Amino acid sequence: MYRDLKEHVIKLLKADTRLDGRKPLEFRKPVTVEYGVSKTAEGSAKVKIGGTEVIVGVKLEIMEPYPDTPDKGTIMVGAELLPLSNPEFESGPPGIQAIELARVVDRGIRESKALDFKKLCIKEGEKIWCVVIDICSINDEGNLLDASALAALAALKDARFPKFDGDKVDYAEKTDEKLPLSREPLPVTVIKIGDNFIVDPLTDEEKVIEARLTVASTKEGNLCAMQKGGDAPLTTDEISKMVDIAVDKAKELRGAL
Amino acid sequence: MGKLIAKEKAIVVPGEVLAEGMDHLPGSGTYREGERILAGKLGLTYIDGRTIKLISLSGRYIPKRNDTIIGKVTDVLMSGWRIEINSPYTAMLSMKDATSDFIAKGADLTKYFNLGDHLVTKIVNVTSQKLVDVSMKGPGLRKLHGGRILEVNTNKVPRVIGKQGSMVTMIKDATGCRITVGQNGLIWIDGEPKMELTAVKTIQKIAEESHLSGLTDKIKAYLDKETKK
Amino acid sequence: MMAYEKRAHGRGFDDLREITAKVGVIPRADGSAYFKIGGTAAYAAVYGPRNLYPRFLQNPQTGILRCHYNMMPFSGKGERVRPGGSRRSKEISLVTEKAITPVLNLEDYPNSVVDVFIELPETAAGSRCAGICAASMALADAGLNMKDLVAAISVGKVGDKIVVDLNTEEEAYEDGSVDIPIAMLPSNGRITLLQMDGELKKEELMQALEKGKKALLKIYDIQKNALKEKYQVEENV
Repeated sequence: MYRDLKEHVIKLLKADTRLDGRKPLEFRKPVTVEYGVSKTAEGSAKVKIGGTEVIVGVKLEIMEPYPDTPDKGTIMVGAELLPLSNPEFESGPPGIQAIELARVVDRGIRESKALDFKKLCIKEGEKIWCVVIDICSINDEGNLLDASALAALAALKDARFPKFDGDKVDYAEKTDEKLPLSREPLPVTVIKIGDNFIVDPLTDEEKVIEARLTVASTKEGNLCAMQKGGDAPLTTDEISKMVDIAVDKAKELRGAL
Repeated sequence: MGKLIAKEKAIVVPGEVLAEGMDHLPGSGTYREGERILAGKLGLTYIDGRTIKLISLSGRYIPKRNDTIIGKVTDVLMSGWRIEINSPYTAMLSMKDATSDFIAKGADLTKYFNLGDHLVTKIVNVTSQKLVDVSMKGPGLRKLHGGRILEVNTNKVPRVIGKQGSMVTMIKDATGCRITVGQNGLIWIDGEPKMELTAVKTIQKIAEESHLSGLTDKIKAYLDKETKK
Repeated sequence: MMAYEKRAHGRGFDDLREITAKVGVIPRADGSAYFKIGGTAAYAAVYGPRNLYPRFLQNPQTGILRCHYNMMPFSGKGERVRPGGSRRSKEISLVTEKAITPVLNLEDYPNSVVDVFIELPETAAGSRCAGICAASMALADAGLNMKDLVAAISVGKVGDKIVVDLNTEEEAYEDGSVDIPIAMLPSNGRITLLQMDGELKKEELMQALEKGKKALLKIYDIQKNALKEKYQVEENV
């Protein structure tokens, strides 16, 4: 279906350029982060990468801990690829694309232990905080995953605990207390088309990818989550190169926070 | 006796009062309500004698007979192809309109046009229910190879083409690219990568500033600057 | 009944909260807009006219309008709102459709659908009205044939006063609160949305509607300017 487009994209890559004139490993400019865009959320952020725009809201809910971790709080990540943002998205429960996006962002935060779950415990065995992260796409011009992940991180930084008297939460009043957040895990997706690697794909480029590797890394450069997608296999050499690119780009993106 | 309220080349919103009294006539995009003429869409006013018309600034392509458009094959059927034409309405290309060659019944139609192929076609018929027939028989009508497809709003196409093709010719000359413009807003560009990108950016600039004055000079200056780099 | 003396931030009883309106905020859509009033914000995106599936829904005499109103999970004033819509959001989608359909010339688009998606990232009373204001700008931005814009606001009674644009506290005012969302066609003053929660005398209702109409003309001005602003590109001198 996209034979011509793929040929053209590869032709441009061989000339070290892309459909919008960028270099293969260049992110769109500007990358902007706006904090506190939703006053009803405990924390929120809006991220724009080129024309792609995502809003993430964080809500803090009190619940019972899981039986096997009575002294730990937890997170929950949901993503909605809103039909608002792309004519091909349909209304209804999250499809596999949204589910994968949410789970990849979740893993990056959870596995890096970026949130100290022990500090989210209120009363062992009875009450813990659950940090609920909701990702909503506003305008999809490619690379929703990286934009969502950056916005999730920014929303976590923006979050403040609501007033809690030990019994009930008063969502109308926020405290100054931030979330116990460190390490700033950030996933970046690297894409393989032909023999070329690119980052920050446009919508048209997303139609012709052969393989993609999303790599989450911490501020220190350690890897904390990975996800391979796409139909084509990758050699270990390619994986090594893609990991380096992702870690490098994550450092660059963190500068926008 | 009648008062013209809207200025020439003004941007007006639906429901905005353009004229009062019976002196003026409601042209396309406008309508009369009692003693007033009101805007019937978001548009740019154009006063032609006593008639007030609106030029559309946005809106999807509605197929018109005799338009040359670029479409994409999305289905290969028993006796023809279904073509997506960047419109709420799809088009049909039947075997008999595909080529002057004789196609035998039961022949493999994908040998002629396959899924994903982009075609330059001409609309030969549109019914009242907006069923669309297209034909590939005619000068310039062909399957496209290579190059890239750019999408602009259909209402900007006249500015991209220019008077007697002057604007698009200027872009072709400056960038050395082959360019085919479809009335439905799809534009095919083929050339050397840097020049292709310049052509794309130039066309996008025309689309953004289509309703402003002095466009031709601005574009000429832009092309001069970009191609000297 | 306690006299309702003062509104928050010194707002007059006939005054609107602060409004921000912007058009073209979602470039992927055929038309889009953002409308914020006080702490309530709404995005609207229009896709259409476009193909309508399944085929049996197609009407050969006219296009159809479908409105989809949704609150983002973090947009409620208290706890998180589970995503997936609710009876309330379905009802609001319906009244939004009814409020807007009268201005659209859908017969110009047979067999097709115009989809309007309304999403709210934060709400503080007046959300369905903000959605209608955003949707109407987005439909105009999409170049659809329409006779007028649609402006919407909540009017009502708080304590003993008729007010315009109720905020969250006023909606929940203990000593009596009546909430009346209305939508109007600015060119002729006709009402296309009218709902009411609470108890009111008829004279009070008519008074509230008159105040509402005045306020709606102010909103119409803001919507008009937002649409025109999108096309005001800096001319190089």
